[in-house]
Amino acid sequence: MKQLLVFIRKEFFHVFRDRRTLLIMFGLPVVQIVLFGFALTNEVKNIEIIISDNARDINSQQITNKIKASAYFKVQESVLNYKDIEKAFRKGDVKCALIFPAHFGDDLFHAGKTRVQIITDGSDPNIAKTVVNYLTAIIGDYQQQIAPSPTLAYRIIPESRMLYNEEGNGSLNFIPGVMALVLMIVCTTLTSVAVVKEKELGTMEVLLVSPFKPVFVLIAKAVPYLLLSMINVILILLLAVYLLDVEIKGSVLLLFLESVLFILTCLSLGLLISNVTDSQQTAMLISMMGMMLPTLIFTGFLFPLENMPKVFQIISNVIPARWYFIITKAVMLKGLGFAYVWKETLVLTGMTIALLGIALKNFKIRLQ
Amino acid sequence: MEDNKAIVCKDLTKQFGDFYAVNKISFEVLKGEIFGFLGANGAGKTTAMRILCGLSFPSSGTATVAGFDVYKQQEKIKKNIGYMSQKFSLYENLTVLENIEFYGGVYGVPRKEIKSRSAELVQTLGLESEAKKLVGELPLGWKQKLAFSVAIFHKPQIVFLDEPTGGVDPVTRRQFWDMIYEAAATGLTIFVTTHYMDEAEYCNRISVMVDGKVEALDSPANLKKEFNADSMDEVFYQLARGAKRSGD
Repeated sequence: MKQLLVFIRKEFFHVFRDRRTLLIMFGLPVVQIVLFGFALTNEVKNIEIIISDNARDINSQQITNKIKASAYFKVQESVLNYKDIEKAFRKGDVKCALIFPAHFGDDLFHAGKTRVQIITDGSDPNIAKTVVNYLTAIIGDYQQQIAPSPTLAYRIIPESRMLYNEEGNGSLNFIPGVMALVLMIVCTTLTSVAVVKEKELGTMEVLLVSPFKPVFVLIAKAVPYLLLSMINVILILLLAVYLLDVEIKGSVLLLFLESVLFILTCLSLGLLISNVTDSQQTAMLISMMGMMLPTLIFTGFLFPLENMPKVFQIISNVIPARWYFIITKAVMLKGLGFAYVWKETLVLTGMTIALLGIALKNFKIRLQ
Repeated sequence: MEDNKAIVCKDLTKQFGDFYAVNKISFEVLKGEIFGFLGANGAGKTTAMRILCGLSFPSSGTATVAGFDVYKQQEKIKKNIGYMSQKFSLYENLTVLENIEFYGGVYGVPRKEIKSRSAELVQTLGLESEAKKLVGELPLGWKQKLAFSVAIFHKPQIVFLDEPTGGVDPVTRRQFWDMIYEAAATGLTIFVTTHYMDEAEYCNRISVMVDGKVEALDSPANLKKEFNADSMDEVFYQLARGAKRSGD
């Protein structure tokens, strides 16, 4: 135990004396947050939409048919109250709801104007904004059909609400993404490089010949990065709250614990990579190309998963960051509790245990 | 097991499939002896040394290191040996003192002892003014001396030196051997591999491995007589010429 502490102390020396490591560790989150602050636009297809038609008249039906005909939407028709719609949103498969009031057609013809409500899932503001635009365009198009004259005798006024993110704050969505990305890089890359470095230096040989338990080498390597990553999570959250005015809706403690779980997943992955590589470059390359790219692409924070071919959607399931992204979004942006993310948590836990198991088993005791 | 033996090997064999990396080697190393373990690349030196250091199990045969069995007492072996490789194995971004403290700690030397002995060590090495400097800033010769001192810091019975003088100039090498002699004089057993034949001459006894077998084992003087050679270089050449295996 004492030996382990000696070792961990040494690891901290390494980290704090290596400017590059520190720069990656703490410079990266800041840069990422600033960079991604300019939120990206993206086109969305096959959006699940609930159409709650309380009017059931010819006009509402015609609009519904128009939406059905468009390639952007998958329509699910049902009359629901606000609570049920909210439930569907929380499950996460529905991104948008369109609600026709009871006297939709009547109002349109008698009063000359009527209202329709659009509710979108604002925790994904890019999708939400796009959806609102699509729907407004479709309704506008319909309006032109029934009243082609420029005087606009009949007016339909769409009222949109972005749930969970009323202002459509774009930074909301990318913060969970940046967290996933940064933790992935810091934990996976830096840990794998740290272990491989000892192999390159030849110090690993000496450690293996010493009475120090080889497994302890892995633990000692992981501990500083675990602690620093936790600090990193706090840093990102502080930046998010105070720099970008993002409100953390759910329990901060839950968010933090889930982050620790994800950090452990990444550390296990890093240790696994370090076991199968012998040079820092290879380790760096594998963790950067092999981990960062899939993380960027398959978490769904840059490119909506909904748009991807089925194969990619299936592949995305093995990317740990994807699950962490769902969890952070749910807890941070929607304010949901553990009851809503236990499945994702379970998946991450399973991944961590599997990765760590393989890493420990593969940790070869070898001299050359 | 006699009391004056540091290492005893009998028919030690390591087999990988059909390949005999180490083929029935037998030798004994006395306490306080400087034992040269020679052989061309691929002769099986490294494999044999790994077994003796408690890093891998032999396929057959017996061996004891510091009185402990290589099959059952690997952990005890590890506590009682020191190891230094060609790469010197120091952490460049730790200071001289931190390196000593780290390795001392890894071997479980009590903290108070580490403190007093590292101060002493720094003084003997003449590194007082460099003690708080990073090892990366030290010249190669000093790193090497420090690495050796660190390898024997926990007072092992045997120290294994794997090509400890690679890349070091002759003068420094000579100084390094002075250190080895000093250490051996205190009763420490030195087990050293080298490719420098002038260094082989410094050893009390040497063994030469060829294709997994120990082909010769005696003092340098006797070997030269036996092979009718002027230098160890020639002895080695005569033995290694017949080797079928080469390379790493």
